[in-house]
Amino acid sequence: MFKQLPFDKENAVNLTIDGQAIQVAQGTSVAAAALSCGLSYTRTTPISGAKRAPFCMMGVCFECQMVINGKPNQRACGTLVEEGMQVEIQHGAEAYQ
Amino acid sequence: MKNHYELIIIGGGAAGLSAAVTAAEHGIKTALLDEQAAIGGQIYRGIESVPEERGQQLGSEYLRGRPLAEAFHTSGVDYFPNTQVWALNKQREISLTQDDEAKTLSADQVIVANGAMERPVPFSDWTLTGVMNAGAGQVLFKSSGVVPADDVVLAGSGALLLLLASQYIRAGVKVTALLDMSTLGNQISSIPKFPKALLAAHYLIKGMAYELEIKRAGVPILKGVSELEALGEEKLESIRFKHKGSYKTIDTDLLLTHFGVIPHVWLTQAAGCEHKWDASQQCWRPKHNDWGQSSLDGILIAGDGGGINGARAAEFAGRIAAIHAVYALGQIDKHQRNRLAAKDKKALVRERYIRPFLEAWFAIPPEVLATPDNKTVVCRCEEVTAGEIRETIAKGHEDSNQVKFLTRCGMGVCQGRQCANAVAHIVARETGKPIQQAGLYRGRPPVTPLTLGQLADLFPQEGEE
Repeated sequence: MFKQLPFDKENAVNLTIDGQAIQVAQGTSVAAAALSCGLSYTRTTPISGAKRAPFCMMGVCFECQMVINGKPNQRACGTLVEEGMQVEIQHGAEAYQ
Repeated sequence: MKNHYELIIIGGGAAGLSAAVTAAEHGIKTALLDEQAAIGGQIYRGIESVPEERGQQLGSEYLRGRPLAEAFHTSGVDYFPNTQVWALNKQREISLTQDDEAKTLSADQVIVANGAMERPVPFSDWTLTGVMNAGAGQVLFKSSGVVPADDVVLAGSGALLLLLASQYIRAGVKVTALLDMSTLGNQISSIPKFPKALLAAHYLIKGMAYELEIKRAGVPILKGVSELEALGEEKLESIRFKHKGSYKTIDTDLLLTHFGVIPHVWLTQAAGCEHKWDASQQCWRPKHNDWGQSSLDGILIAGDGGGINGARAAEFAGRIAAIHAVYALGQIDKHQRNRLAAKDKKALVRERYIRPFLEAWFAIPPEVLATPDNKTVVCRCEEVTAGEIRETIAKGHEDSNQVKFLTRCGMGVCQGRQCANAVAHIVARETGKPIQQAGLYRGRPPVTPLTLGQLADLFPQEGEE
């Protein structure tokens, strides 16, 4: 769906998204990293379990909520990548328990 | 008082930055709160970190943000990044969370410069992954250098579609088609607005230049498209739409839609500012005078959060509001205020010449705004369909807030930001009443979610620091 344009490797950040080790440019949002590494969805809904992915990228739709470093309900579009970050897909209502 | 400022500005986009720089020039003790990790808002997003080549691809309007960002950083204004403002009241007390910690600030004057968001317009299966806002695509490009991998279809109505298509083309992205959903009726109703738009001919020329650039790249622009649908099992596989009387299908894994932008009214609503329906802009906006003063004393509105006029206008409005705040703080008299703001006030008037034409040209057809297909999910959070909303209205609940109470539409995590307008349009269309009567959801604090733990931080127990 998306790809990252070539970037200066000196500014690379390493992180894990859904178990996949990836490298992206510093300043990239977690949502952008998730989309560019080929993740087809970033959460499932608490109501029907439908798959959803980032939609607005400006913090208003809350579709990009992911589990970041063990913390659920984090808006991935407003969170910048950090070295060693662990990002997981957020599965439905589990995240609220 | 440690947490008190003479002026607090909410939002770090064009309006907020210019307001901050102006206030600092007058020696006002100012804080700027912004929800993002870096300044720039949406229009100038990533402006401080964008590589040179990408900056050129994004274009000259985008690069206008650079001097503004530089001026802000030398202004000495207290800057709060990563800050969610979740409450504002008449006493100008502001509650926020920053880095997971809640706190309260207060100010003598507040400038709300929280900008705009893309108008959410539900259509068939818009919740499939692979369907996103065009602005989202642009944010990915600006701030992260992330672009469509294979191909992309752009659809909807608005100048952003032309701009984004040309930016993608410059970055080597394959744009399959641009589906223009504005109607022939729009073109007719925009004719009387055209003479005034000629006073801002540079915008018209820019628009035509984008269109030419897109056509030269071989990207088809299909005009008068309607009945857009996303199709796919688990993710987007293709789209279907009506064009020149027949239905067409395009295979794609990415559809970026745009239906214009609307002000962020959640905070001003929760604060108790009066709002009004703007028929030309098809949105609610907080009432304010030409200094930005809202219906609440000391709360000013600047930029697109007060009505859509674009980034340049926001910069002028930010300065005007800041100068008024300096006056309200007693630092200058009325005569000085009027003189200091005169240039920006003239510029703002000129900047608005193009707006009535653009608003008519890109207006979203009422039937599109009212989610015609009953199976379409309107509330993305609580997964409430247009059909369920219509059933509720049919039972006599002819008000957006009643629909909300009965269906949970708008009670999910986005707090109605994605469905409020659609619900109001459905209620208005079903009942035949004006949209003002259908009403907007009542906004109440906290306007962004916070945990009970964060709330408890505001009230430290004895023995804690």
